[in-house]
Amino acid sequence: MKKIYGRWFVLVLLVLSILLPLNQGYCGALENFKGLEGTISIAGGTAHIPVMNDAAKNIMTFNPEVRITVEGGGTGIGVQKVGEGLVDIGNTGRALSPEEIEKYGLKSYPFALDGVATVVHPQNPVADLSAEQIRDIFAGKITNWKEVGGKDAAIHLFSRDEASGTREVFWKKLLDKGPVATSANIVPSNGAMKVAVAQDPEAIGYVSIGHVDESVKAVSLAGVAASQENALNGSYPVVRKLYMNTKGDPSGLVQAFIDYILSPDGAEIIKRHGYFSLQ
Amino acid sequence: MQTGRKYSFSSGQTMEKWVERALLVATVISAVAIVSILLLLVYFCLPLFTSGGLGEVFSWQWRPFGGRYGILPMCAGSLYLSLLALALAFPPAIGICFLAHCLAPPAVARFLITLIHFMTGIPTVIYGFVSVFLLVPRMRDWLEAGTGFTLLTAALTLSILILPTIALVFHARLERIDPNLRLASGAMGFTPIQQVRHVLFPAASQGLLTAAILGFGRAIGDTLISLMLAGNAPQFPASLFTSIRTLTAHIALVLATDSQSMAYQSVFASGLILFLLMGVINLFIRSFDRISKREVYEKHL
Repeated sequence: MKKIYGRWFVLVLLVLSILLPLNQGYCGALENFKGLEGTISIAGGTAHIPVMNDAAKNIMTFNPEVRITVEGGGTGIGVQKVGEGLVDIGNTGRALSPEEIEKYGLKSYPFALDGVATVVHPQNPVADLSAEQIRDIFAGKITNWKEVGGKDAAIHLFSRDEASGTREVFWKKLLDKGPVATSANIVPSNGAMKVAVAQDPEAIGYVSIGHVDESVKAVSLAGVAASQENALNGSYPVVRKLYMNTKGDPSGLVQAFIDYILSPDGAEIIKRHGYFSLQ
Repeated sequence: MQTGRKYSFSSGQTMEKWVERALLVATVISAVAIVSILLLLVYFCLPLFTSGGLGEVFSWQWRPFGGRYGILPMCAGSLYLSLLALALAFPPAIGICFLAHCLAPPAVARFLITLIHFMTGIPTVIYGFVSVFLLVPRMRDWLEAGTGFTLLTAALTLSILILPTIALVFHARLERIDPNLRLASGAMGFTPIQQVRHVLFPAASQGLLTAAILGFGRAIGDTLISLMLAGNAPQFPASLFTSIRTLTAHIALVLATDSQSMAYQSVFASGLILFLLMGVINLFIRSFDRISKREVYEKHL
């Protein structure tokens, strides 16, 4: 008898543990912030910023006792800051390496799917490039736009810094770990990339799809548009997950923030900024 | 007289002693901080010396994903950018000083000095930001200078940044020159221009060097201007219109990478080079100051 009761007990616990978190997620994730107060500091990946900012705005409007600060810095900064305990949540645009997880004891929460799009100036007539062409352009083998069907003008290369998660996925999945010309200009954030490309009619660069707006033009990759739909159905290959990371288990307030991002409300925000929710 | 009696002689002395002690503590703290920064940098650079990575760091190729970690292009970039900015800023700064000191009417002189003081208060990021939107497109369209993020763009902006530093330092030196020199030369019938050329300029020549060195130090230490405007391409500055990366921008860009990598260690080598460079610059200024103390042209108060 005892044995049977024990089994029932385990089963009930199991069912509860599966149902309870789901339940929490569904009943208006903002409610979780009721009665909470304190600050949440967030830093890291620059692709995450629009989502983090909107979530922070909603939460702080709902409960003014909660203060949330969102900083950039890039994926590398995200890992370092959360690892050293300087911020509560460190955002990364790539999965953590085993060394990083071991060194700092980090916990990862993937929450969105993002693509990285090759972008050019809106007036640039080039609208489609093959992976081969993009590789050659970034390697410095193709240096004039007319070689890829554009006007007769030098190609201005823009790339990202060594610590960028955007650069990592672009380099791995599109450039096939090929070389990037040393003459390429290096910009330190998605925003700076957008400003640089939007100002320069001969520029080519790459940004997270969430950052693409009318100031730059996303080039389709061998006929496949760099849209979130194509990223989600797998036809556009240059994709990555966006992660939030905490050092060990998050505190109540930070957990509530993560739950909010992972809730249907959060998914709405994620979608609004051009990313896809993983939920 | 009443107020003078409030503190007795002995309590004034104790007070003085305490102030002295407090100042000593402050001095020791700052001295220890500087020395420990140097030691820390050397400590972090040690793996480079022991693992033989030193030759790798002092090479001309920066391809962190191809296993090349040379920072020499950045050293050259820093040097070229600072020298160019200094060359651009130095003549106008000196000109402004002489103008404000003796050539211009007092109202204009006051205005110039106020302007220079105001310029020191403008945050670096404002210069960088404005240049990105105003100077960079002009450089690209008018000079067809590549992307517009070039050595020249950064140097032009940087020269505006260091101009007030040079001007203020030199102006302070001019103020210290014995007014009798000017009075005497005026009495001998020198025109103001002649006074500047034949009296003030030679008398203030040490100040010229000090101002130049300080301006250079300010230029080489600046991070934001080069990070925002120089393009950050890790290559040798072959022309005014190439995109370059400075040591400071290099540190800012690479600091966020994986802390176990060789790229990360190169950051400490860059830091050490910058630190030593600034040290040498300071030593230069000190030795010049010592020489100038022997000169009779300046009044020491």
